[in-house]
Amino acid sequence: MESQILTICYLLASVSFIIGLKMLSHPATAKRGNRTAGLGMALAIAGTIFLYADESGRHLHNFLLIGAALAIGTVTGVLAAKKVKMTAMPEMVSLFNGMGGACAALVSIVEFNHFIHTPPAAAGQSIYSPLSFLSDHGSHVVLNISKGPLMIILTGLVIGSVSFAGSIVAWGKLNGRIKDFTFRGQHVVNLFILLLIASTALYLFSHIGAGITPGVRFHPGNVDLDFNASSWVKALFYVVVGMSLFYGVLFVMPIGGADMPVVISLLNSFTGVAAACGGFLYDNKAMLTGGILVGAAGTLLTILMCKAMNRSLKNVLIGAFGSSVAPTGEAQDQHQGTYKEITVSEAALIMTYSNKVIIVPGYGLAVAQAQHACHELEKLLTEKSVEVQYAIHPVAGRMPGHMNVLLAEADVSYDKLLEMDAANDEFPTTDIVLVLGANDVVNPAAKIDRSSPIYGMPILEVESAKTVIVNKRSMKPGYAGIENQLFFQPKTSMLFGDAKTVLQQLIMVIKNL
Amino acid sequence: MENILNWITRHQEMIYIVILMIFLGIEVIGHVPSVLHTPLMSGANAIHGVVIIGAIIVMGKAESDNYLALILGFFAVVLGTLNVVGGFVVTDRMLEMFKKKK
Repeated sequence: MESQILTICYLLASVSFIIGLKMLSHPATAKRGNRTAGLGMALAIAGTIFLYADESGRHLHNFLLIGAALAIGTVTGVLAAKKVKMTAMPEMVSLFNGMGGACAALVSIVEFNHFIHTPPAAAGQSIYSPLSFLSDHGSHVVLNISKGPLMIILTGLVIGSVSFAGSIVAWGKLNGRIKDFTFRGQHVVNLFILLLIASTALYLFSHIGAGITPGVRFHPGNVDLDFNASSWVKALFYVVVGMSLFYGVLFVMPIGGADMPVVISLLNSFTGVAAACGGFLYDNKAMLTGGILVGAAGTLLTILMCKAMNRSLKNVLIGAFGSSVAPTGEAQDQHQGTYKEITVSEAALIMTYSNKVIIVPGYGLAVAQAQHACHELEKLLTEKSVEVQYAIHPVAGRMPGHMNVLLAEADVSYDKLLEMDAANDEFPTTDIVLVLGANDVVNPAAKIDRSSPIYGMPILEVESAKTVIVNKRSMKPGYAGIENQLFFQPKTSMLFGDAKTVLQQLIMVIKNL
Repeated sequence: MENILNWITRHQEMIYIVILMIFLGIEVIGHVPSVLHTPLMSGANAIHGVVIIGAIIVMGKAESDNYLALILGFFAVVLGTLNVVGGFVVTDRMLEMFKKKK
């Protein structure tokens, strides 16, 4: 009876993951989708604790410890998730992803230990092969071990460890604690380590039979068949663990901060696959469903994110941008020209007396934490009968949706945000475009300069507006490390300064107009 | 070779599930607006926390003298819970912005 109810719990959980994920892909249903999946997860966890029984019918025990672990995790998780700043979201996602990977890896370690002490027999056979008793084999006993579980354990271990280590590095990079690190021949080294991991794991897999010897173990009250593994077996296993962790670090190290969300999405799908391995190991359909769903969806999401940046995944993983930037001292002279500067008072004046203003937020706005000042400006201009909207480029900032989150935090109304294509339609009838800390997403080189690293990326075509005001701290290049032709065009004026300071000054001037 | 074929035969339902879930995962994500990429990534992150079930089973089956299983299992459950709870709460916060204002 109980196992039937548990089956239904897992079934409902699996369905909730599918429906939840589906609902998460539409704005109107996203919030409910998240809660649906959450409920399904809670059901699966509760069902496992109270109803799970193994082949011999024994239920789980150690409830006190399990309860304590769940409590600690829940309290810490809720506190961490509620207190983190919105702009630190991607790094939290990475951190939690790493936790999942670590969980999968730890489970694999325990299961490996269990495997070598109680190896499962190959289907339909006894663990001792008849060959054991032939004189040629002397003291070496041949065992019929079913090696399928070992393959799953090793796969889950490697993937979980790589994901854990990589996610921690990604977290460190996004909050500035870890710098980019590249060295020559890096990709060869990475490949070499990967091959080393694969070959060590395969060696362990094929030779495990020779490394396990039978013995007995005394428990209070009974005696069990207990096998022992030679030390090389355990040594090789931990070598695989170590190398996988190392590979995870190497994998993420060369990749630049702005590409992190793509990498995190990829690591996300890795952890999904590791979870699916757990599903195979325990013949658990809920784990399998959740794991593969995330593995596949996560992979596709990674590809979609790359497309929005018009960069191939290969490009991202190799950390392309890092190596092709000329040192900032030597500017490429063919694009140097003269640019015009504008003062705060002038900018305030022309904006107040215009009809339509579009604001283009970028990474600079986030760095200056100027989103509230920006909203103040918007409200002030609107009071003066100026139509104000925002143009959001899909990869403005450091993650897709970064600008949306930033502006939402400042209570900017959702219907004032224009997606790129809608914004491009509006620019020709716009009097003033105010670019706040955005650079590459408004660089015309993406459309006309074939040699540009950002060529082909769709951009916000702000140059079709009547006037463009660009706010930056200096003339230094943006993430792509290239000059922006927009700054030298006749319709453009530069308004230098920290976004927050400049916006506050603009607000003060406009109030007095 | 025979071992592999046997394994596939014995686990064929699981293999069907894997294949179907791959297609399903791709279908479900198909037409996501780019503004939802990050919350979706966060939601998927929370869902793969289902690996905690394995951790609970490991801890639940550990005998009282199996310290490796108890200690590692404990950490595994804590980490898995962080993934699940943290993941769903963070996603919920990101989705706050989709409430219609005014």
